[in-house]
Amino acid sequence: MKLYCLSGHPTLPCNVLKFKSTTIMLDCGLDMTSTLNFLPLPLVQSPRLSNLPGWSLKDGNAFLDKTELIDLSTVDVILISNYHCMMALPYITEHTGFTGTVYATEPTVQIGRLLMEELVNFIERVPKAQSASLWKNKDIQRLLPSPLKDAVEVSTWRRCYTMQEVNSALSKIQLVGYSQKIELFGAVQVTPLSSGYALGSSNWIIQSHYEKVSYVSGSSLLTTHPQPMDQASLKNSDVLILTGLTQIPTANPDGMVGEFCSNLALTVRNGGNVLVPCYPSGVIYDLLECLYQYIDSAGLSNIPFYFISPVANSSLEFSQIFAEWLCHNKQTKVYLPEPPFPHAELIQTNKLKHYPSLHGDFSSDFRQPCVVFTGHPSLRFGDVVHFMELWGKSSLNTVIFTEPDFSYLEALAPYQPLAMKCIYCPIDTRLNFIQVSKLLKEVQPLHVVCPEQYTQPPPAQSHRMDLMIDCQPPAMSYRRAEVLALPFKRRYEKIEIMPELADALVPMEIKPGISLATVSAVLHTKDNKHVLQPPPRPTQPTGGKKRKRASDDIPDCKVLKPLLSGSIPVEQFVQTLEKHGFSDIKVEDTAKGHIVLLQEAETLIQIEEDSTHIICDNDEVLRVRLRDLVLKFLQKF
Amino acid sequence: MDPECSQLLPALCAVLADPRQPVADDTCLEKLLDWFKTITKAGSSLLLLQENPCLVELLCHVLKPQDLSSRVLSFSLRLAGVFAAQEDCFQYLQQGELLPRLFGEPGPLGGAAWTAPSVRSGWIQGLRSLAQHPSALHFLADCGAVDTIFSLQGDSSLFVASAAGQLLVHILGLSMQGLAEGHPSLQAGDWPVCAQKIVGHIEESLHSTAVPQITQALNVLTTTFGHCHDPWTQVLWVRLSPLVGSLLEKDPVPAAHSLVDLLLSVARSPGLSSSSCGLWETLAQTLNHLSPTQAGPLALGILKLQDCPQVLRAQAFVILLQPLACVLKATGQDPGPSGVLDSATGDSLTVDVLLSSKAACVGLLCRTLAHLELLQPLPQRPCPWPQEPLLGAAVTLLQLCRGSASPASDVGRHLCALLLGCVRVQRAALDFLGTLSQGTGPQELVTEVFAVLLEYLRSPDSSPTVLKKAFQATFRWLLSSPKTPGCCDLEPHALLVLRELLPVLQKRLCSPCWEVRDSGLEFLTQMTRHWGGQAGFRHALLASEVPKLTEQLLRDPESYVRASAVTVMGQLSSQGLHVTPVSPEHPGGQQKSLLVELLHILSTDSEGFPRRAVMQVFTQWLRDHHADVAGDTEQFMARVLQVASQDLDWEVRAQGLELALVFLEQTLGQFHSHCPYAVTPPVAAPAGSLAQALQPLCRVRLFEFAFRALFDCDRPVAQKSCDLLLFLRAKTASSSGSLEESRSGPDVASVEAALQRWQAGDQGQPLGDLEPEVVLAVLRSVDLEGLRGALAEGSDHMEKSPQSLLQDMLATVGVLGENEADCY
Repeated sequence: MKLYCLSGHPTLPCNVLKFKSTTIMLDCGLDMTSTLNFLPLPLVQSPRLSNLPGWSLKDGNAFLDKTELIDLSTVDVILISNYHCMMALPYITEHTGFTGTVYATEPTVQIGRLLMEELVNFIERVPKAQSASLWKNKDIQRLLPSPLKDAVEVSTWRRCYTMQEVNSALSKIQLVGYSQKIELFGAVQVTPLSSGYALGSSNWIIQSHYEKVSYVSGSSLLTTHPQPMDQASLKNSDVLILTGLTQIPTANPDGMVGEFCSNLALTVRNGGNVLVPCYPSGVIYDLLECLYQYIDSAGLSNIPFYFISPVANSSLEFSQIFAEWLCHNKQTKVYLPEPPFPHAELIQTNKLKHYPSLHGDFSSDFRQPCVVFTGHPSLRFGDVVHFMELWGKSSLNTVIFTEPDFSYLEALAPYQPLAMKCIYCPIDTRLNFIQVSKLLKEVQPLHVVCPEQYTQPPPAQSHRMDLMIDCQPPAMSYRRAEVLALPFKRRYEKIEIMPELADALVPMEIKPGISLATVSAVLHTKDNKHVLQPPPRPTQPTGGKKRKRASDDIPDCKVLKPLLSGSIPVEQFVQTLEKHGFSDIKVEDTAKGHIVLLQEAETLIQIEEDSTHIICDNDEVLRVRLRDLVLKFLQKF
Repeated sequence: MDPECSQLLPALCAVLADPRQPVADDTCLEKLLDWFKTITKAGSSLLLLQENPCLVELLCHVLKPQDLSSRVLSFSLRLAGVFAAQEDCFQYLQQGELLPRLFGEPGPLGGAAWTAPSVRSGWIQGLRSLAQHPSALHFLADCGAVDTIFSLQGDSSLFVASAAGQLLVHILGLSMQGLAEGHPSLQAGDWPVCAQKIVGHIEESLHSTAVPQITQALNVLTTTFGHCHDPWTQVLWVRLSPLVGSLLEKDPVPAAHSLVDLLLSVARSPGLSSSSCGLWETLAQTLNHLSPTQAGPLALGILKLQDCPQVLRAQAFVILLQPLACVLKATGQDPGPSGVLDSATGDSLTVDVLLSSKAACVGLLCRTLAHLELLQPLPQRPCPWPQEPLLGAAVTLLQLCRGSASPASDVGRHLCALLLGCVRVQRAALDFLGTLSQGTGPQELVTEVFAVLLEYLRSPDSSPTVLKKAFQATFRWLLSSPKTPGCCDLEPHALLVLRELLPVLQKRLCSPCWEVRDSGLEFLTQMTRHWGGQAGFRHALLASEVPKLTEQLLRDPESYVRASAVTVMGQLSSQGLHVTPVSPEHPGGQQKSLLVELLHILSTDSEGFPRRAVMQVFTQWLRDHHADVAGDTEQFMARVLQVASQDLDWEVRAQGLELALVFLEQTLGQFHSHCPYAVTPPVAAPAGSLAQALQPLCRVRLFEFAFRALFDCDRPVAQKSCDLLLFLRAKTASSSGSLEESRSGPDVASVEAALQRWQAGDQGQPLGDLEPEVVLAVLRSVDLEGLRGALAEGSDHMEKSPQSLLQDMLATVGVLGENEADCY
């Protein structure tokens, strides 16, 4: 069993598991941090941005973090754990010769589609006149300023995919529900489990009859909007692959939400605007819910909230219809019937308004001071670029970063100097290390496999021994482009016996409760299922050549030597030897059993638990005599 | 006993003795017992029993085999004890063999009733009351009660077990009373039999291997030394101290907590001259033997002792400081030059406890911090006090809890992992840090203190309670920061801190958590109270958004926050800190609006707290001659009193009377000031007749408010009004001659009639404009003293009488006869 690690990003994993003749890709996250190397794509021509020194020509700004470690066309299935971890899907399904199936839950697919749609929309609506790729040449890249010159494998950077590719990729997905058992080629069974992190987010169990691998990616134990995490089903795993822990282990989401609200209120009360760069789904639902409870108490009822995204409307509406994927509280609301999320009420009362982009209706409705939620969190493309340009000059305004995926300082770099206040309140509800250690204690996996970043404290806080996975035996770590042999051997395989063959067996009880029978059969293997069938009857040797050839294929069904069982009591054995005229017998104890030395005959009888050896030089008669004496102590059948 | 009660008593005894009659509840029986105690304390019990034979009958009756409730049985046992406390009555009861039957083998002791804890408890309390005279001792010996008490020490009911222990102490004390004055001999044979028996039992228990037994013995001794300081206790200690010492040789030391209590009790006992009985040696030995967790309370106890050898104090202090020394050492810090913490370092046992588990670590640290906090303000605290290392330790602990410390050693890292996010330690350390502000420290360390406090105030992860403590500690440190002589303003460094603090406060005032907003406002109130007049503070505050945000919190959805905001705003306004840029068209308009806003809160807020806060602010404003109020005081008073009189919250009405009193004093103060140095407000006082002086009070309708309050359904309001009017009467009495008498006028009659209606509960009609003369006349005609007396009596004075108690008890079972007709 091997694990090919294609991504070094612990929260955007991409691993391939080879297990029992199946090749399973676990997630395909897209690391977009390298977009930070590019200048923002403004919606409106920005003289400031275009006059910045540097490289005005831009390339595509998405890239694929993969190496040629494995031929991706051999991948049988891809299991997706949440919508953030499927953003590279079109690159794999459309450009590698992939012919398999992708499994994901319905909300994952729908919201994943929204995220991709938004990304494509953001990139395509500001088409670039030229593109350059010569700089990717290693010799030229070396001459570029930092950090570009230090970027690894820029040749693998790709242009952003198109909507057509997205649609084609998504058409290869097969929808699954929690706890649904999916057979893969009869070899293994995969099952998605609720992971509590996002709508439809799942952990996966990959199991055969005797082995169980759990894949935990992006899970949360906090009570937010999704269904709670299913921990019990992860018990008794041989291997637990653990990825997607919180990126900000030192920030407690509750504290951060409080911080978010306080800073928002502070800014708005002073007449400033608040900009929240965010994804169109996920934490935003929780933020809107908190604000719903908070705005009245903070006297902010008159402040408009704007949500601007090409998929804003779909995102808000989708969230309301996935009732079965929501936490219990929200599910019960549906039966009242009430919308599960309170943002419906915010929209109804005109406190929250959503727009596909800042062109059109928005410009006529726009009223300040206000709060704007919009993408992209990298501040490199999307409507957020415009708001940064618009509001950056006033110290009354505040930008509040809630998504932890990008370094906020790097994201802000092209906008400097900035008068606007910047607040960093990363909200990451995924598991922290304390919760992980509780989880591991609870589910008790034999082995834990995780990205190497999780096996040591973060470099900036090397004394924080609590910020790493602490388990016994120590977790196995992987890094990008590494192939890991998973530490367990398959020992058993399940084989079925045909009824008629089973009928023919004659078991013999050799110990109370244990019976044995010899079986002669043909092992038939198809679709990873093994069946013992009765052997064909020996054919008559008459007939032509064809028949004869057929009979050659029939296994040799000669009567076999009887099987032996039992153990040899050394003292009695020695007495027997003496009775049969052997003298000068010496017995030595060894680690595994005994050695009986017949000194005169220069012969050794080595008796161990599972074998007996008679070692004598060229005296076949003596060997047979001794063998028969040994056999007297054993049962035959 | 008054005849009425005597008449009721037989019926009551019959009810109690009747198993078919349920007794109302325990409290009735307790009250009854209290009543009998007061009677027997005042007079002869014997006489009481002779005059009321029903009582003895009751005691006899409960002994009959029947299904009597355990309450009544317990009550009877205690009652018998109360009577038998007097020796003649004891003899009287003995004649009838009543006492042995109640307390001896034939009584409830042997029966099924004994299984009820209340009966066992009643038995013990009965004996406790009874054991007051030598005859009682004989009785106890005869009926073998002491052995029963021994066994009850281990009773399953904690109350019974504890009472049994106390009874033993009492009996021991009683039996030793008979001994001659001066030092009794050490010979056990010379001691009274009963005392010998008890001491023998204690010795036996101390020898035992069972921890509960040892604990019982130690507890009895602790109580003995705590309550009795006669010379014989010293002999007892000399006799038992080797046994106590031998407990220390066991590992682990059994019943360590009780042992610590005992040793401290002995050390505090004035009857023992400690040096002669080797107590100090035992204490030193104990300090060494106990685990760090157990030794802390002992060390604190030793340090609190008034006279104690310096060596022992030093040892105790080292033990107390050990956990903090470990923390400092683990984080690679110098424990300081003072040497006290230095010698405390390196105790591996303490490190083991600290690292064994989170609970142990947190427990030990919190206890240590609490002990040191108790010790710090005491005059007998160790000298030199290691202020610097302690400050360092508190700061380090706070950093460890936040994960911001960077320990170099493994122990430090382990500690950090255990303490991360631990709210209990954070709270304890912040409290301790606040206490340490009483002393000083080097500037670098103070800077570090402020840095860690700011870190806590800024952190989004600080829980509301931790934040509150951080605010308190910050305030205390700001208070203690060294001042330039002759100037009360914040010193430059503190001002720098303040500049960093205000943005944090600003954010906290917008917190979604109301507790945080509230503690932020409280902090602001404290700061404004102290430095509101100082230029540096004023400048920093006015440059921030804080005053504006505070004003917005007047409309907060949480009533506590609104109340705090009202208080702060009142204060800011008093100090002239509520100045918003004056717009040209409304000069001073903003200032007015606060008064209007507060009046609005007073008349419309649905919760009591903000309204009370408004009344307090108004009272303060009136006292301080606040500009808004001084402008048109009469209109202000009239408006406020009108609103307050209709308030449903009695505290608001009471505060209204307080406000009225201030106004009254100010108005009449102008009339004739007794104090020649009294500062009179700038408003010129028109010296005129009393009637003239009372005119403003009439115009603001103060009297109608006060008269109505006189019959308020809430007693404190009525009392306050009564006091106010009495004060007014006293003020006006001397100058009544100057008034024209108009007693026969119809107005007085109608006012009196209105008062009578109000007293009867009819609150309808307003009085209309009153004339000063009428007011004075009414003041004289109303029996204010009588009213005050009636109000002082308490609402239940009628119901508290024994007669009413007896009637109530009888009424519940229907013996009084009123309900008998229903049977037919």
